[in-house]
Parts: sequence; structure tokens; C-alpha cells
Amino acid sequence: MSGVNRISGAGRLTPARTARFTFDGRTLTALEGDTVASALIANDIHLVGRSFKYHRPRGILSAGAEEPNALLDVSRDAARRQPNVRATVQEVFDGMNVSSQNRWPSLAFDVGGFNDLLSPFFAAGFYYKTFMWPKAAWHNLYEPFIRRAAGLGVAPTEPDPDHYASRYTHCDVLVVGAGVAGLAAALAAAKAGAKVIICDEQPEVGGALHYDSGTVVDGKPGYTWAQETGKALAGMDNVTVLTRTTAFGYYNHNFVGLVERVTDHLAAIDKTLPRERLWQVRAKKVILANGAIERHMVFANNDRPGIMLASAGRTYLNHFGVSVGKQVGIYAAHDSAYEAAFDLKKAGVAVAVIVDCRERPGEAVLAEARSLGIEVLTGHSVVNTTGKLRIASITVARNGGGGARKIAVDALLVSAGWTPSVHLFSQSRGKVKFDAATERFLPGTYAQDCLSIGACNGTDDLQATIDEALAAGELAARAAGAEGGGQVALTGQNAFEWTGGMIGAAEGAGPDTTVKAFIDFQHDVCAKDIRLAVREGMHSVEHIKRFTTNGMASDQGKLSNMHGLAIAAEALGKGIPEVGLTTFRQPYTPVTFGAIVNHSRGSLFDPARKTPMHAWEEAQGAEFEDVSNWKRAWFYPKAGENMHEAVARECKTVREVAGVFDASTLGKIEVVGPDAAKFLNLMYTNAWDNLKPGRCRYGIMLRDDGFVYDDGVVGRLAEDRFHVTTTTGGAPRVLHHMEDYLQTEFPHLKVWLTSTTEQWAVIAVQGPKAREIIAPLVEGIDLSNEALPHMSVAEGRICGVPTRLFRMSFTGELGFEVNVPADYGQAVWEAIWARAEPMGACAYGTETMHVLRAEKGYIIVGQDTDGTVTPHDAGLSWVVSKKKPDFVGIRGLKRPDLVKDGRKQLVGLRTKDPKVVLEEGAQIVADPNEPKPMTMLGHVTSSYWSPNCGRSIALALVAGGQARLGQTLYVPMADRTIAVEVSDMVFFDKEGGRLHG
Amino acid sequence: MADQAMAIRKAPLAGLRGGSHAAILTPAAPASRISLRAAKDAVPALSAALGVTLPLRPKTSASSGKRHALWLGPDEWLVIDEDGADLMAAAASSGALHSAVDVSHRNTAVIVSGPGAEVAINSGCPQDLSLGLFPVGACSRTVLGKAEIVLFRTSEDTFRLECWRSFSPFVFGLLSEGAEDAAH
Repeated sequence: MSGVNRISGAGRLTPARTARFTFDGRTLTALEGDTVASALIANDIHLVGRSFKYHRPRGILSAGAEEPNALLDVSRDAARRQPNVRATVQEVFDGMNVSSQNRWPSLAFDVGGFNDLLSPFFAAGFYYKTFMWPKAAWHNLYEPFIRRAAGLGVAPTEPDPDHYASRYTHCDVLVVGAGVAGLAAALAAAKAGAKVIICDEQPEVGGALHYDSGTVVDGKPGYTWAQETGKALAGMDNVTVLTRTTAFGYYNHNFVGLVERVTDHLAAIDKTLPRERLWQVRAKKVILANGAIERHMVFANNDRPGIMLASAGRTYLNHFGVSVGKQVGIYAAHDSAYEAAFDLKKAGVAVAVIVDCRERPGEAVLAEARSLGIEVLTGHSVVNTTGKLRIASITVARNGGGGARKIAVDALLVSAGWTPSVHLFSQSRGKVKFDAATERFLPGTYAQDCLSIGACNGTDDLQATIDEALAAGELAARAAGAEGGGQVALTGQNAFEWTGGMIGAAEGAGPDTTVKAFIDFQHDVCAKDIRLAVREGMHSVEHIKRFTTNGMASDQGKLSNMHGLAIAAEALGKGIPEVGLTTFRQPYTPVTFGAIVNHSRGSLFDPARKTPMHAWEEAQGAEFEDVSNWKRAWFYPKAGENMHEAVARECKTVREVAGVFDASTLGKIEVVGPDAAKFLNLMYTNAWDNLKPGRCRYGIMLRDDGFVYDDGVVGRLAEDRFHVTTTTGGAPRVLHHMEDYLQTEFPHLKVWLTSTTEQWAVIAVQGPKAREIIAPLVEGIDLSNEALPHMSVAEGRICGVPTRLFRMSFTGELGFEVNVPADYGQAVWEAIWARAEPMGACAYGTETMHVLRAEKGYIIVGQDTDGTVTPHDAGLSWVVSKKKPDFVGIRGLKRPDLVKDGRKQLVGLRTKDPKVVLEEGAQIVADPNEPKPMTMLGHVTSSYWSPNCGRSIALALVAGGQARLGQTLYVPMADRTIAVEVSDMVFFDKEGGRLHG
Repeated sequence: MADQAMAIRKAPLAGLRGGSHAAILTPAAPASRISLRAAKDAVPALSAALGVTLPLRPKTSASSGKRHALWLGPDEWLVIDEDGADLMAAAASSGALHSAVDVSHRNTAVIVSGPGAEVAINSGCPQDLSLGLFPVGACSRTVLGKAEIVLFRTSEDTFRLECWRSFSPFVFGLLSEGAEDAAH
């Protein structure tokens, strides 16, 4: 038996196909196709959770995505556990474990229920006031308390073992919602030949036909027609039918995000399947057919377990074959609720009463109720309920006063009418308009190329819906360019026409009362809270929302918004359109992080760029550091060496013998064209037209404002071809910077830029033996000082492959940078290494490179400069041409602030105690005894232990630094003050003779 | 010295195979490539020199045997020769004003083939790859996840996907996941 409330012969599930699951440790039997909610109700369980603020017992309110109460923790195994799952959406699978939340120690006895008694202290906005004073208590007491009390559910702690998939796709017509309207529109669009995607959040198509019992479409029962139509659509080549798929976000230019739940309903998971699939759809036309959401009635104690939406009661009965109770009451302001009574009665369930707050319900439903022998109390209201963990009775009174009558019920189905779901329309930036006659917001001004049809468009009549849908489907298809011929005709009939509806508080929960009549179940907001907000001076709907948190829970006020608005309008004495609606935001329903993160995790989180020599470096035991997206060899520790020892060894070896360094990540841009030199003249501060082919020059590039942007060595390969190098991290932005100027400021120049960073593997061979190492491998290039002096470049071959061989140095040693086509990088490196290693040379990493260049006072842009440093500040005045009439930054450099005395300038620092290594970033002062705050003169930009100098070395930006050479300054640290002497920036081989060795 | 053994070429994706029955991933063989830039008036001479008519419309390519010219911009083409011919020399022989830069090793390529090729690529590429809008011969510089790619449809169910070499493991990895999903 799959539950005591399962009615034999009712519903659309197969009784033989059962599934077992646990709820708070109790094993229950469900049927395949059940939601957790239907399975619980089948087992006569309505109490499923405790409310967020007052910890009041709560039950299942709805049968759909709008559910605010029944949020449960659902798990498959330890790692696959998810909190806050809506029981009305999650399908049962065999072996699933379900737990209630927000209760301790148990659901039936919850200590937090104490909050309900204290509720006078927890009025809306209480935390804005209560926790104001004393200020110190905020950090120690209030915030930790609120943080512990707030939040619903417990986040899983284990890594997510599932994977997620992503698909971008395009279609002519995207139909959101597969109820009568959506199916009819999709059919019409598909027959017209359009490429159609139709999605629906439920496991099957049908929408409202799930709860329906009397609708006939095309001569068939509505639900049957829907399934047949869904199958027919799925069989068409031009149609994709996506069930269990929620359109959660409507973005710019008809870009709609869908999330398809692929495995969450399966008992056994095929591991190759993604748990969810994110669809990012660009549609020429969007048809919104997402229906309407039924509202609850707002009355005293309207939140007891067993009180549910009338349509939910019908869904459980007509689709799942489950009765919500044995003695069911109905409380309505809308005819639709009557049909719930009819269905229950016909299924043999006792209907205690229909209470209708209207004097005049629809005549057809009234007549049917009478003919079925159901008592109808018109002009009456439910003014209270009893029942601790489940509703036990309702108190009914004649509107305007009069004797109250208590009626025993074990479930109460309510309906205040239907709210058109304009969520996606609003997300599309469309403007809603208020229809006063029906008291609802409907799509007004469209901002994107979409159409709304059916209930979400306020179309109530079934045939009108079908006609509207067919027309919209064909119109959208034609507008998207479809030229097929098929036309569709469909007829539909409802059992009853519906009238009625109300928004706001019902009788007994009006302004003169203080009862708890809930409007927002998830955030425990009552009608009186809205009135309090107005009394406290909140007049804007946005303020009222934030003060009360109405509609701010994860259900985003799907049930509460209209009620809250009506109550606010009444309290403000304004009309509803004047008060206005808050904006609907994406996502429509919660979306998992997994679906959003999708492929971007692990090695696919971000590209890890590796050089052609990476595998060799790894095999040598190199440690790597991240430089932008690159993995660069940082240092090569030998067995037993720490970083300091490895770097010291590498530094000494390079200067004594030689070192081999992977410089492949340096940015490279090939500048080609007859105006190449002219262009570089404009981009760099120095002159390029006088550079001869075969020679190189160091260049500095400025921004418009005169500050250093990048630097690098540029080689001239031919009159019309330059090989530009940039910093590793600067490569993409330097190319963009150059391209930007070329296209916008210098479009007259005949020159083109191409990134060649990855074309070339670059092997720097530096040190006294550098020439000896590479010489036997090189063909066609004279490596002598005379033929290939410092700062020159030649093309030839190395190891039989083409090379651009640069004679240059970032170490101050005799050096070469061997550029070879990248696929040859590792082989050439290995050939060089085979010669270098026996000579006693080493491979060195970026840390050694940093130390060696600092020993020579070579700056690193971005480390020794920070976007506020001019070439003059950096001691690079020699790179700035005084003759050129123009270059980027020339005017910036002349700004008064950039030429005045006392600017921070780059200098060297020598600690008085040579063993002390300064901290990079440390501040520098003139007088360490000055009271705080001291006058800070600047800061240390680079600092290392220099094995070659046998002492510490540092570079620093110091105010008026170049005028302070020889002065003693101080670096105050937490534990001591370090005295330093200001020096020039070259610490090693001041004459530079080694470069020319 | 000439007696040195010629350095061995090692392609970034060498030896990798992947994908699913719906979308097979194969690293492309080494090819020669140039990034070609030129104004419109140089196009006839360059086309003649290269033996392939440089296309002038967006998203189009032209092929002659194993040589392909892909339109990337109003003055920009990626020219690929699968036989490894000297494209730099060919372009230089045109006598027309242009910029040719050898990018044979900068780029590498993955061949994505099979009925699920579109879906596999669309796992990270937002373009509409339906045959109507992206027919055989269509090409475009676009993105795959966080990588820039050049996409070139060589047959109804085969794409050549070019990317910079250091992005190729990322591209191959993302395509592998896309190919797996395409099989469902």
C-alpha cells in the first residue's frame, strides 16, 4: 500500500510501481511518479517543516514550484545531499532520504517554537531596532545569534560528485510552459515549419491539466490530449521538448536560461549523464505561456498543516490519486475552488463545507455544489482555525459579524483566485499594467520580442486561450521566417466558467485585528506586519518589502506579492497601481551552483597556460608560480634544497657559469608594414626610425597620462618588420592598447599587428659560458661580439630549425634569447641543456631572474612601478626622446604634477646591516622617532638577498629619492626599525662590462 | 653545425584522442599557417600568389586543395596549408602590400567530427552552428569557454577548431565534456 490516503482508481500513477524512501528516518512507500509532497500526503503526513522565524508547524501548501513551506533536505548519499528542496517539485526515487529542516530536536517538538510565543518581540523590522544598542554587542552577541538563527537548511560539506552540462542553442520560437496554451502555440509554430523549443518545469507536459478533471480538448480529456500532443511534438524534427526544465531567467535579446534536471528523479544514476543541463537559448521569438499561480486566503492562523491551495488538492487527487484528508473544508473567493470540492466528493471524500466570502459565487458552480449535496456558506468567512500540528477545525462566521460556527476538518483547501505569472515577462524588462476589473497585473508594454498567451496573459476562457496560442505560434513562426504550410485548428471546453477572486486580507484579518494571518509563509510575514511597516513610515512598496522582507525569500513572493500589495495599498489609502509592484528578478526558482558553474571547475576552471618546455621543467622538479594564466618555472630545487638555497645557487651559477631560462611567456607582437617604425615612434617614448635591421632597443610605453604602461626589448628584423616583446602579464593589454591607437588615432599608418607570443618558444641562455653553450648548435649566425653585439638579433638555424636569435640580457651577463617555433621548443631546450649541464650551468626560474635583474637595477613594470610612475621617476629619462614631436603620453608627461620636485623616484636601498632583507611593501620614513602618524616617504618595491653581492639589495620608491643618494632613511617594522642608505640602483657590475663578454 | 640532429617537433596535443561516439576529437596534424593582413586592393594579387581566392564576406572561407583562407576580419585572414607549404614565401611573391606573420606553431587545431559535433562545440561556444547559418565552409573567430578559437566547418559533421597552443588542453578538455553530453 502506497499510503492510507491513496484512492484506488484515482490519479494517473501505476499502483504496482512503488518506490521506498525515508522521511525523518521513517520508511515510506510511494509510487513512481510521486513527488515527495504527494507521497507524504498519501501517507497522511502534512507536517513537514517549521517556519523560518516563529518555528510554527508548517505543511505542504501547493503542488508546484511556488511552494513556500515544504522545503526539505533530500539526499541520495553522503555527497549528494541538497537542502531546501521543494517537496512539491522533487520526484521520489527508490532509496531517497528526506529530512525536515529548521527544527530541533524533532519536527513535532521543536524548541524554536518558543519564538512563536515571543512573536510580539519579533515584529517586522525588529532587527533594525532591537539590535541597535549597545553598539559593541553587535559583533559579539547579535550578529552571531542572527547568523545562527538565520538561513534555512544545512549546506552539504562534501564536494559535489556529479557533473553538469551546458548547451548554447538557437531556435526560431521558444515556448515557455507546456500547458494548453504552450502546447497549442508550439504545435502551430512547429507546423508552420519553425525550429521550436518548448520547455516545462514539470516531469510531463500538461501544466494546469495536471489538476484538471473536466476539460476537453480536441474531443479528448485535457491531460490525455496534452500527452499525445507532447509526444507528437517530440517526434517532429524541428521541435525539442524539454520537460523537468525551468526557464529561470529572461535576459537581453531573447536570451533565456533554462535548467534541465536530468538525474535528480532517477533511482540509479548513469554516471555519464550530467545531473543538470544548462541550456542557454537565443530565440528569435519567445512565447510566454507560464500560466497563473493560485493565491491563498489571508485569515487568522491560515498556516496550519493541512491548509492548502485548492488546485493543489485537485492535483494530489486527480494526478497522484491522493486525498488530502478525510473531511475536507473549502474556503474560497473564487469559483475554481468549487471544482476541488466536486472532485473530492465524486472520489468519495467527505467535503465538510464550502465557505465562500462572496455573496454571489458563480451560478454554475453553486448549482453543481447543491446538486452534489455540498453545504455552501456564501457571505461567510473562515475567521480562525485550530489544530496544533494539523488543522482540526475552522471557525466560520457570517461576514460583518454574527454567530461563529466551528466545523471539524482535517484539511482545508483555499483559493483567493489566480495571479498571472508575469515573472519572465517582467525579467524581460516588460512593463506590467494593472487591470482594475480583475485586480491583476498583466503584460503591458513589451521590451523584447516576445508574446504572452493564456493564463499569464490574463486570458481565462479555454477556447480563447487556444485561439490566442495558435495565432501566437503561427505569428511567431512566420516572423522568425518559417514558411511551412501546416495550420492547426483546435477546440476546447471547460467544465465550468470561473468568476471571482480577491486580494488582501479576508474578514477577520483586517486593520482592526492583530491576528496572525500569513501572507508570506516562507518569511513569516503577516498582514499586520505590512500595516506596521506603513505606520512606521514606509510608503514605497520597495521600502515595505525590505522592512517586512515580504517576498524576499527564495520563493520570491509568488504567493504573497499581491496580498502584500493590496494590504499596503489599503493602509496607505492609495490605489494598487499607485503603490506599484516590485521588480521580478532572475532566477524564477532557485538554480543550483552546479548548473551555473558547470564545466568551470577543476582543470577547466581557468586555462592553465604552459610553455612548450613545461613537461621538462616538471620532470626536473621545478616549482611553478602563476603569472597571469601562465605556469612559470619559479626555481629548480635540488634534493634537500629549500627555496632560498636553490635560488642562491642558481644566482651564483648564472654569473659564474651560465643558466638556461624559459622566457617563452614574454609577450610578443610582430609589427609589420612600411609604417612600422613610425608607429613604434608613436607608441614608445624613444626613437625607432634610426634603429637598424638586426639591432634591438629597450622601449618604454606610456599611457596617455604619462605613466609607464609596459616595457620590453624590440628587435628590428627588416625595414618593415619589428619583433616587439612585452611583459608576460601585459601581453594581451599591450596588443589591445596598440591596436586601439592604431585604429582610432593613427589609422593612416600602413602597419599591422599580430600576436606571436605562442609562435615562439624562448630559451634564454645567460652567463659567461652562454656563447660556448649554444655555438655548436647554431648555423648561419656569427655569434661573435663584432657580428652580434649586445642588443642585436639575427635569423638563422639552431638544431636544424629556424631561429630568431637575440643577443640581449635581463641578467647583466653575456646572454642570448633563442626563439624557435614552439613545437621545437622542448627539443632545442634539451639540446642546449645537454651542452649546458656538463659545463656546470643550471636551469633557473623566475625567482632567480628577479634577483639577477634587481642586482643590475633593471625594473619590472608592475612591481617597481604601479601606474603612478613616470619614466623619469623610474630613472629611465634616457629612454624618453627629447626630439620626437609626438608619442603617446608626451603631453601627460608635461603635467605640472608630473614635473614638480619631490615626486617619488626609484632608488636603491642598502640596509646598514647587510644581512637584513627588507620586506617588499614596507614604508620608509626619515625620522623613526616622529610621533605617529609618521611622514611616509615611500615604500620598498623589490627586495632580495643577493648571493652575488653577499648582501641584501632593494629598490624603493622614495619622495625626492634621486636627491637623497647617500642619506640614511628608516624602515619601521612591527618589531624593529631598519636603517637603510639610499643608493643608486645598480648593485652589481656597475660598469656593465659583463654584458659584452 | 650541420651534423647536429634536427630538433624533433612536438605538437601540444600530441597523442591525445577523445570524445564520444557522437563527437570524436582528434588533434589535427601540424600545418603551416599565416596571419595575413592586407587592404582590399591587395586581395587579387595575394589571392593569385596564394592560389586561393581570399574571401571578402564575414564567416566565409575559400579552399583550394589542402589550402584554406578563412575570413577573420575586413583586412584579416587566417591561411592554413595542411601540407605545410611555405605560405610566407607565397604571400611575399604577391608583390602587394600586406603583412604576413607565420603562426604555424602559435595555433594548433582539434578536429571535431560526428553527428554530435555541433552540440559538443556548443557546450562552450554561443554561436548558432546550424547548417543554415553556419554551412560547410563557414568560419568565425569566436570563443569556447574562456578560450578564443577559430571555428571552421569542413563538412556537415566536421569542424576544425583552431586555438592558441597553450589553450589547447583547456579546449580539448571542454570539448571532451561537451562530446560526452552530445552522446546523450
